[in-house]
Amino acid sequence: MTTRFDLTRTSLREVNQALHADGLDGEFVIERPFGAHSVAVGVNAPVKITVNGHVGYYAAGMNQRAEITIDGNAGTGVAENMMSGTVVVKGNASQSAGATGHGGLLVIEGDAAARCGISMKGIDIVVGGDIGHNSAFMAQAGRLVVRGDAGDGLGDSIYEARLYVRGSVASLGADCVAKEMRAEHLEELGGLLKSAGFEHDDPAAYTRYGSARQLYHFHARNTSAY
Amino acid sequence: MCGIVGLHLRDPDLYPRLGELLAGMLCEMEDRGADSAGISVYGDPQWTPQGHGALTLVELDATPGEVAAALGAEAGAELTVTALDTTYLITGQVESERLLAAARRVYPHVLVGGFGGDLAVLKGVGSPRELTERWGLRGARGWQGVGHTRMATESAVTPSGAHPYAVGPGQCLVHNGSFANHATIRRELSSAGVEFDSENDTEVGARFVAKRLAEGYDVERALKDLCATFDGFYTLLVSNRDSFAVVRDAIACKPAVIAETSGWVAMASEFRALAQLPGIEGARIWEPEPEVVYAWNRAEVPA
Repeated sequence: MTTRFDLTRTSLREVNQALHADGLDGEFVIERPFGAHSVAVGVNAPVKITVNGHVGYYAAGMNQRAEITIDGNAGTGVAENMMSGTVVVKGNASQSAGATGHGGLLVIEGDAAARCGISMKGIDIVVGGDIGHNSAFMAQAGRLVVRGDAGDGLGDSIYEARLYVRGSVASLGADCVAKEMRAEHLEELGGLLKSAGFEHDDPAAYTRYGSARQLYHFHARNTSAY
Repeated sequence: MCGIVGLHLRDPDLYPRLGELLAGMLCEMEDRGADSAGISVYGDPQWTPQGHGALTLVELDATPGEVAAALGAEAGAELTVTALDTTYLITGQVESERLLAAARRVYPHVLVGGFGGDLAVLKGVGSPRELTERWGLRGARGWQGVGHTRMATESAVTPSGAHPYAVGPGQCLVHNGSFANHATIRRELSSAGVEFDSENDTEVGARFVAKRLAEGYDVERALKDLCATFDGFYTLLVSNRDSFAVVRDAIACKPAVIAETSGWVAMASEFRALAQLPGIEGARIWEPEPEVVYAWNRAEVPA
C-alpha cells in the first residue's frame, strides 16, 4: 500500500510523526516539499519513501533501514548521521552530504558540494558527479566513491575511510595520499558502483586515497599523552 | 544566520510582479533571522519615476512636508517625499548625488538608505512579514529587487545595522556571514577618506566595493579584490542599476542557491525561497562555487 502526503496540505511534523509510527511498513510518497527542511528524518523502519521535488536541510537524516529516494536536489546535510538503509538523491546535494554517517548507502546521482562525507564513520557514499572542497574531512570509516572530480583538501586529517576518485583531485588535505588499487579494492569498488547503479564503470579507472598515518596521534610515542 | 534573496528579471512581462515575488522570497527566509530587514527595488515607476533622482533616508525626525521643503530649498528643486514605514523616499528632477549632498548638509547625522536613479532602498527594524506589509512591497514593480532579513551578530539591531548597504550610486550589497578583518579594512578606508554610517562589518564590504567601482573596476574585478582582501564568512549579493552578482568566500559555509530561466535570474540563501517563482520547475539550479563571481547584466528594455 502506498501512502501519499502533500507537504502543502499536511504539516512536516505530521508527516514525520506518521513516518515514526511503530511497526511501520509499506511505501510512502511525499509530494510538493518545496525545499522544506528535515523531510523524512529519523525513520527507523524497512519502508520505501519517495520525495518528489527539491528538499532543504538534513533530509533523510539519521535514517535507519528505510530506502529513501529524493527526486530532486537536496540542501545541506542530506542523510547526515545515517545508520543504515539507503538514500538516493536524483539531483545535486549541497554541503555536508552524509556527514558523520555510521552506515548505509548514500547515492548522489549529480554533484555534491563542499564537505561531502565530513567525519563519516562507516557510511558508504557514491557520487555520480563531482564533490566540493574539504570532502571526507576527518573521515573515520566507510567508503566514498566519486565518479567525477574532487575539490581542494580531499581527505584532510583522514583516519581509516577509503576514498575512490575517478577524475582529478584539486588537492589532497593533510595526511591524505594516493594508494595502490589492489585486488580487494577493485572488488570492493566494483560492488559499491553496482549497488549505486553504476555497474558499467571500470573500477580500474579509479584511484584510491587514504590516510598516510603520519599525523601526531598515529605515533605510538605520543600515546602517553592520552 | 541572516537570509538573502535577489531577483533579476529578464522578461518585462514579469516587471509588474517584482514586488509580489520578492516579498514572497523574503518572507520565506524569515526563519533565518527576523530582527530587521531591508529591500532594494530597481525600477518602480511610482516610487522612483524614470529620469528622477532618488534618495532614501531612514528614521528622520521630521515630517515629509518639512523634509521636502528643507531639502528642496537646499537642492534647488521641487521634491516629492513619500513615507514608506520609517523610510522616506525622496525623488525629484535633480541628480541623486545632489540630493544626497543636500541631505548631508541639512541633516548631518541622517541614516541614508541608498541613492541613485530608479533605486528605492527601504530598511527597518522588525520582521520581514511586518515590514513588507508596511512598505507595500507586494505592489511594487520593476526589473530587479534584493532583500535581506537579519539575525544580528556583529552590531546592534538598529536601522543602521539593517541591510542592504547601498553606499554607491545605484549600488546595493547584502551579506550573509561576518567579516573577520573588517576593523583593519575600515581603518584603511577611513584613512583614504571614506566615511561610514555604522559600526557594521557589512558596511565595510559595501564601502570597499563602492570605492573599487568608483575607481573604474567592473563588478567582477571588484568582487575578486574583495575576496583577496576580506577574511571571514560571506555570501554576498551585489547589485547596481544594471547588474546582479553573487560571490561566496573560499570556505563557502554560508548557503546560497542560484536559479536561472529565460525569464529571470534568482538567488537566495535557501531553495525554499525560490520554490514559488514562475517557471522554477524548468530552471537551471545550482550552488555557487567558492570565490567564483557570478554576474549578470541587464539588457536595456525600451519603455
